Amino acid sequence: MTSSYNQRDWTVHPSYFSENYKSTHLRSPTKAPVKIEQTNSELTAPSFFPLINHEQENDLTKNGAVNGQQPLGERIVVTGRVVDENGKPQPNTLIEIWQCNSSGRYIHAADQHDAPLDPNFFGAGRCITDNNGIYKFYSIKPGAYPWGNHKNAWRPAHIHFSLFGPAFATRLITQSYFPGDPLLELDPIFQSTPKEARKLLIKTFDIEATEEGFALGYKFDFILRGPKATPMEK
Amino acid sequence: MSFKQTPSQTIGPFFAYGLTPKQYGYNEIKDITSNNLNSEGTIGERISIEGIVFDGNDEPVDDALIEIWQASSSGLYVTSKNLKDTNDSFSGFGRCGTGTNPQRKFSFTTIKPGTTGDNQAPHINFTVFMRGLLSHVYTRMYFPEEEGANQHDSFLLNVPKNRRQTLIAKQISSNKGKVYQFNIYMQGANETVFFDV
Repeated sequence: MTSSYNQRDWTVHPSYFSENYKSTHLRSPTKAPVKIEQTNSELTAPSFFPLINHEQENDLTKNGAVNGQQPLGERIVVTGRVVDENGKPQPNTLIEIWQCNSSGRYIHAADQHDAPLDPNFFGAGRCITDNNGIYKFYSIKPGAYPWGNHKNAWRPAHIHFSLFGPAFATRLITQSYFPGDPLLELDPIFQSTPKEARKLLIKTFDIEATEEGFALGYKFDFILRGPKATPMEK
Repeated sequence: MSFKQTPSQTIGPFFAYGLTPKQYGYNEIKDITSNNLNSEGTIGERISIEGIVFDGNDEPVDDALIEIWQASSSGLYVTSKNLKDTNDSFSGFGRCGTGTNPQRKFSFTTIKPGTTGDNQAPHINFTVFMRGLLSHVYTRMYFPEEEGANQHDSFLLNVPKNRRQTLIAKQISSNKGKVYQFNIYMQGANETVFFDV
């Protein structure tokens, strides 16, 4: 077992408080987190792969479809690798995703945006990375949608990702965006990320990953916290 | 290190159908876990945990996700490496959203964890996610009856004395067996201690 993981790198993660993202005002901790030495509690993680063995869980174009029909929208393949900070592939990592449909509407009952639900699209799925840390999802490109943060606020198209990795310390929930989206510059959530790190949240269009006659390909790699180098290795 | 960590982003308000579908009434995909960590073959003392997440106005948060990760009653974290060696059917991991209970409570049914050694009092690890939280927070719940062990716990010893009580659950009277209350305060005078895990 790894003896400890690198700390969260606050030069890439957003600070808890963001002036322009209003929901952070009453929900961000105000005191600095207390420093600790990692123990078994932080260095272990639950095992999920006995639980996951359902066909099509990584295919959102099929897992909400009724009577063999297809969801509306532009089909996409999102694929990439999960590695640690040393570039080491992370196999057997659970990845869960959720997103809105091509009209910008989530199936979640609390989403009241006046855009149609798609009877053939659920919008959530999951997979486990293979031995090389590779994952792949099929979906449709999510739409942009308005939200109440400020006047005329719109979220750029994004997919939510949840990853576990090898330890409780490597847990990550994030969102990945699409290249060339003009809303990125106006989005307080994306903009809350330190400037240099924002590109790490944008997929790349990839013709190699594109499936001919079927779906546009996007690449997105995840970098999880890696094992801390011991003084000897430094 | 040659790669930068992928930045965190908020979980947002609409995670429930993907991460806690059954709790919120979605049947399209199966759950990988729930807020009940126990099954018939689980060894240990049955307990329940409940709590409310409060924002800076002391309002209950109705769209938070709580995850817990804990050792078994014998103090073992069940991972992919030792899964096959244990007879105790206990995974140690659970999830609950705060959007389905009328009072915005989260709740878990589990067992009291054993001690894991390495100067740790029995405890349950929490992660908290919500809209408005750009990166998750880590905290721990400790047990009020473990006063002696708590005094030697390496995490608690790093916490200023006047803030330690934010990490100690309260046992509340209930007809449902042993119930611990563990509220989480994001801000304010009782702001919960979060750890730099």
